[in-house]
Amino acid sequence: MSTNKRPEGSVTQGSAAHHAANTAAKQNQARPTFLTIDQLHVQLPTGSERSYAVDDVSYSLAPQEILCLVGESGSGKSLTARAIMGLLPEPYVHYEKGKIVFQGEDLTKVTPERMRQVRGGEISMIFQEPMTALNPVMRIGDQIDEVIRFHEKQSRRERRARALNLLDDVHLPDPPRIMSAYPHELSGGQRQRAMIAMALALEPKVLIADEPTTALDVTTQAQILRLIKELQASHDTGVLFITHDFGVVADIADRVAVMQHGKIVEIGTVDKVLNAPEHPYTQALTNAVPSLIPRAVKAVNEKPILQVNELVKTYRSGNRWFGLGKTPKQVHACDHVNVSLNEGETLGIVGESGSGKSTLARCIVRLHSSDSGEIRYRGTDLCTLDRAGMRPYRSKIQMVFQDPYASLNPRATVGRIITEGPIILGETRTAAESRAREMLELVGLDSRAYERYPHEFSGGQRQRIGLARALALKPEILVADEPVSALDVSIQAQVLDLLADIRERLRLSMVFITHDLRVAAQVCDRIAVMRLGKVVEQGPTAQLFEQANHPYTQELLDAVPGREWSRMRSQSQ
Amino acid sequence: MSFWGRFCRNRSAVVGLFILALVILIAATAGLLFPEDPFKLVGRSMSAPGENGFLFGSDTLGRDVAAGMAHGARVSLLIGLLATSVAVSLGVLLGAMAGYFGGWIDDVLMRFTEMFQTIPSFIFAILIVAIMKPSIQSVIIAIAVVSWPAVARLVRGEFMAMRNREFVQACHIIGMSDWRIMIREILPNCVSPIIVTGSLMVATAILIESGLAFLGLGDPNIISWGFQIGAGRTVLRSAWWVCTFPGIAIMLTVLAINLVGEGLNDALNPRLRERT
Amino acid sequence: MSQTAQRSRYVLKRLLQAVPVVLAIIVVNFFLLQLAEGDAVDVLAGEAGSATPEYMEQLREKFGLDKPLPVQLGVYMKNMLTFDLGYSFRHDMPVSKLVLDRLVPTLLLMVSTITLAVGFGIVLGLLAASSLNTWRDNVISVFALISYATPLFWVGLMMIVVFSLKLRWFPTSGMENVAMFYEGWDRVKDIAHHLVMPTLTLSLFYLALYTRLMRASMLEQSSMDYVTTARAKGLTERRIVFVHILRNALLPVVTMAGVQVGSLIGGSVIVESVFAWPGLGMLAFEALFARDLNLLLGIFLLSALLVVAINLVVDLVYSFLDPRIEVG
Repeated sequence: MSTNKRPEGSVTQGSAAHHAANTAAKQNQARPTFLTIDQLHVQLPTGSERSYAVDDVSYSLAPQEILCLVGESGSGKSLTARAIMGLLPEPYVHYEKGKIVFQGEDLTKVTPERMRQVRGGEISMIFQEPMTALNPVMRIGDQIDEVIRFHEKQSRRERRARALNLLDDVHLPDPPRIMSAYPHELSGGQRQRAMIAMALALEPKVLIADEPTTALDVTTQAQILRLIKELQASHDTGVLFITHDFGVVADIADRVAVMQHGKIVEIGTVDKVLNAPEHPYTQALTNAVPSLIPRAVKAVNEKPILQVNELVKTYRSGNRWFGLGKTPKQVHACDHVNVSLNEGETLGIVGESGSGKSTLARCIVRLHSSDSGEIRYRGTDLCTLDRAGMRPYRSKIQMVFQDPYASLNPRATVGRIITEGPIILGETRTAAESRAREMLELVGLDSRAYERYPHEFSGGQRQRIGLARALALKPEILVADEPVSALDVSIQAQVLDLLADIRERLRLSMVFITHDLRVAAQVCDRIAVMRLGKVVEQGPTAQLFEQANHPYTQELLDAVPGREWSRMRSQSQ
Repeated sequence: MSFWGRFCRNRSAVVGLFILALVILIAATAGLLFPEDPFKLVGRSMSAPGENGFLFGSDTLGRDVAAGMAHGARVSLLIGLLATSVAVSLGVLLGAMAGYFGGWIDDVLMRFTEMFQTIPSFIFAILIVAIMKPSIQSVIIAIAVVSWPAVARLVRGEFMAMRNREFVQACHIIGMSDWRIMIREILPNCVSPIIVTGSLMVATAILIESGLAFLGLGDPNIISWGFQIGAGRTVLRSAWWVCTFPGIAIMLTVLAINLVGEGLNDALNPRLRERT
Repeated sequence: MSQTAQRSRYVLKRLLQAVPVVLAIIVVNFFLLQLAEGDAVDVLAGEAGSATPEYMEQLREKFGLDKPLPVQLGVYMKNMLTFDLGYSFRHDMPVSKLVLDRLVPTLLLMVSTITLAVGFGIVLGLLAASSLNTWRDNVISVFALISYATPLFWVGLMMIVVFSLKLRWFPTSGMENVAMFYEGWDRVKDIAHHLVMPTLTLSLFYLALYTRLMRASMLEQSSMDYVTTARAKGLTERRIVFVHILRNALLPVVTMAGVQVGSLIGGSVIVESVFAWPGLGMLAFEALFARDLNLLLGIFLLSALLVVAINLVVDLVYSFLDPRIEVG
C-alpha cells in the first residue's frame, strides 16, 4: 500500500518523533499508544473570550480503544479533533504549538502531500450532520470510490466491489441501489452509515467521530453506536469519539477525557470518570444528567383542563399540473390524536422527529388550524373559534419554544418582547412594565435585563426570557416545545429546575414536548408516546417506564443511551 | 464594532463614498458652477477639450459638454433615487404579502412577479416610455415597473423564512395582528438586505435611464448623460470627447454606488463578511 | 419510469407552466396598446394623410374597434396565438414576417454573447476565487467591477473609436459586407468578423456579472461541510475544487444565466443600434423613431417568447446538474 510509505524524515523530525514516543510511553505503559497529542495549543482570534481554543491538551489513543472527548459547547473538543486532521477552520483559529504524534510521525510537521495521504487513508473522520457532510450533487458510490482512488491503485471493478462490500458491512439494504443514490434520497441514518462506510474504506488506524449521532433520532443513534462499536472491533480501529452526551459516553467509551474551556480537566477509564469523578466540573456534569428513574408522583387532580379529541392534521404537497407535477404527498402529522391534560399536571408528548409532536403542540396553541377533531379548554372547543373569538383564550394557553436564538426578536428589547402580549390584551403600559420586571425576577434574571437586547444574553438566559414572555400573560396552561434540547446539560438542569419550581408556584398545567426520555422522566406526570402522527401509548410516567405495552415505546426506552449506567447510579445512591 | 467602523474596513467602499459625495456635490452646485442653461449654445462648436474655455470640449452645436455633465448629474441621481424608492415600496409591499400569507396569495403574486421577470425589462421600459411620451415621470415609472420584481422576490424570501421563526409564532400566540407582526416584528429584521439591494438598484436605474436617453427616450427638456452621448454619436469620428466624458461620468457614478452598496452589505451583515 | 420518459414529462410540465405566462404577456401587450394615444385607425389615417371622421368610423367598425374591450381582447388574443401580429404601415409588411426575418441575427448575437459571457465568467470567477486576495484576484475583481458599471452603448462607441476608427481592425457596423457578394466560408468569416465587436460589447457586462457571481459562489461553497469531508477523505485540492466545489458553485450561475436572458435581449437593442446589427433590436430602434407601435409590440412579444423558450432550456440544463430537482 502506497499509504504506508513514510517519507524520509529529517534528523530533527526523527528525534522529535522519538522524544514524543518516549513521553507517550511514559504516559501509558500498559498499552502501546499510536496516536499521542502532546501539549497541543490551538489559538483563537484576538478579541475572543479566551486566547486558546485548545489549551495545553495532551492525551493518547491506543489501538482498538474508544476514547471519548466529552464537554459542553465551546469546550474545544471538536477543534482538538480537527487539529489532528489538519482541518482547523483557518485563518480564524490556527495551530500554535504542541505535537500530534501518529505512529512516530509528528503530523504538525509533515508535508501537505503526506498529510493528504494520512487523511482518509490512516486517519479518517465522520461528522455530525451527514446531510451537509456529503456532496449533494454526487452519487454515494462515487463519493466512496474517490477515497479509494486517491489513495490506492485499483481497477474500477475492484473499487466497485470494495464499495459494495463496505455498504454491506454497514448494513445498508440493497448496496447497488445505494451506490447510485444521491444523499437526499437516503434517510438520516442511512446517510450516516454511508459516511461510516466511506471513512472505513481504507481500514484506517484511527477513526475520529465528531458528534456522529447528535443529529439522529434516538433509535437510529442506538443503531449507529452499535455499528461503530462492531466495526471498531472487527477492523482494529482506534476511535476518538466526540460527544456532549454522557449517556453515549457510558455506552461506547473505554476511556473518557472531559474538556472545559479548552483544557482537559479529567481523563481516565469510563468507569472511573463516570462513577467516581474527581474534578468538580465532571461531578457537576454527571450530576446534571437527568436520571431515568421517574420522579415521585404527586397527587393528581382528575379534573381535565384541556382535552384533545380525534385531532387530525394532514399536510399535503404536490398534486398539480394535470398529473405531471410531483406525486402528491400526504403527511399525517396528527392522525386522530386523543390526549387530555388534568389541572396542575404535566403531560409529556414523546416521540422522534416526524412523529407529529410539534404539530400537536402548535395545534393546541392554535398556531396551526386542524383539519378535524376538537381541542377543548374547560369545555370550550377552541377549533371552532375565529381570530376574534380566540382572543380571550389566548392568554390562557402560552408556549415556550425550543430555539433560544430564533424565539426572540433580535431587534426588540427584552422589555418590549415581554410587555407586548399584556398590552395587546388591554393592559396599560405601566402595569405591563411592572409585571414584566416581576416576571424577569421570577425566572431568575436581573430586572435590569428589561432595557437590553436578546443578543446580550446566553442561551439559557434567553430561554428564561422566553418563559417570562409566556408567564406575563398569566397562563393556565404552558405548552413547552423541547424547551431544553438546545441547551448544554448543566444549563438544561437549571432550566428544568426553574420550570418545576414555577409550575408549582403558579399551579400551571403543562404540555411538555420532548424527544429525550430522561428529561421526560424528570418532568412529566403522564406521557403520551407519538409515532407517525399517532399516539401509540399513554400512561403515568412510572408505569410506562416500568412496563411499556407498545413495542415502539419499549424500543425507545431501550435506545436511551447510558441506560445501564443510569441504573447502576440510581442503585448506588 | 460600530456600523461606520465596519463600513470603513472596506477601503473600496470608502473610495466609492468619496466619489459619490463628489457627484452629489457637483449635482447640487451645478446651477452655481454653470449658471447658463446647458442647452444654450455658448461658444464655438466642436471645440476639443481645453480649447476655447471648454473643459471637456463643446458639441456640434457649441454646447458646453462639462455644463451638460454637471446638470446631467442631477437628473441621473434624481431619477435613480425616485425610481428606486417607487420600486422598493412596491416590491416590499407585494413581497411581504406573498411571503407572509403564503398560499394562494403567494401563488397569484408570484405568478405576477414571474411574468414581469420574464418580460425583457429594457424593451418593456422602452415601450412604456414610448407610449406615455418621454418625460421625467414616464422614465421613473418605466424604471420602477421593471425593477420592483427583484425586491419583491427578495422580501418574499425573507418573510417566508421569518414567518416560521419562533419569535413570530410567539407573536401569534399572544394574539398580535398580522399587519403589526409584518411591520413591527418582521420588517425591521429585513431592513439590511433591502437597503443593500436598494442601493445597488439605484446604480441599475441610472444605467437604464442613460440607455433610454441614449435611444432618444429621455425628457426632451432636460439634459442627461445618456442624451449627450446619443447626440454625440453622429460625430464620433471628429469629436470623440462629446461621447467619452459623459460616459466616464456614468461609469464613475455607477461604480461608486456599487462600491458603497457592497460596503453597506459588509457593514450590515457582518457574519456574511467573516465567512469569506 | 425510465429517465427519458421522466424528463419528457418534466419538459411537458414546464411547457404547460409557460402557457399562462405567455397569455399574460399578450394581455399586457393589449393593454399597452390601449394606453397609447389613438388607435390603429388614427395611425392608418395619419399614414394616409387625411381621412374624414365618417370614413374613420367605418374603419373602426371594420376592425372591430367599436366593440367592448373584452371582445377586442378576445380577438387580439386569437390574432396573437395565430401569430398575426398586425401590419406595419411603415415597412408595408406584416409585423410577423418583419420580426421573423430579423430573428436570426439577434439569435446569433445572443448565443455568441451567452457562450462568451458564461464561459469566461466561470473561468475568471474560478481563477479569482482560487487565488483569493492575490494580484490575480484583484485584477479580475477590479475588471469585473468596472465592466459592471459601464453603460453598454458607451463601451460600443469607445470600441468603434479605438478598434474601427483608429486601429481599423473591425468594421464599424452591419452584419456583413453585402457589396462583396461573399459566399460559403468567406461569408461565414465575414459575418464572424462583423460579429466580434457587438459580441464583446454586449458580453462585457454579463461577463462581469457571472465572474462576480462565480467568485462569490465558489467562496460560499468552499466553506460548506462537504468540502471538509472531502479534505478529510484525503482528496487532492485539485479534485476538491474542480469536482466538488465547482459543480455546486455552478448552480446559481446557471440559474442567473436564465434570469438574465430577458435583460440580454434588452441590451441587444442598444448594441444592435450602436453597431447597426440588423436584428430585432435594430428593428426596435427603427420602430421607435418611426413611432411604429404595432411593430414595437410585435418585437416585444417575440422577445418575451424567446425568453420563455431559453428559460426552458436553462431549466433543463439545471435539472441535469442538480439531482435534487424532482424531475418525475
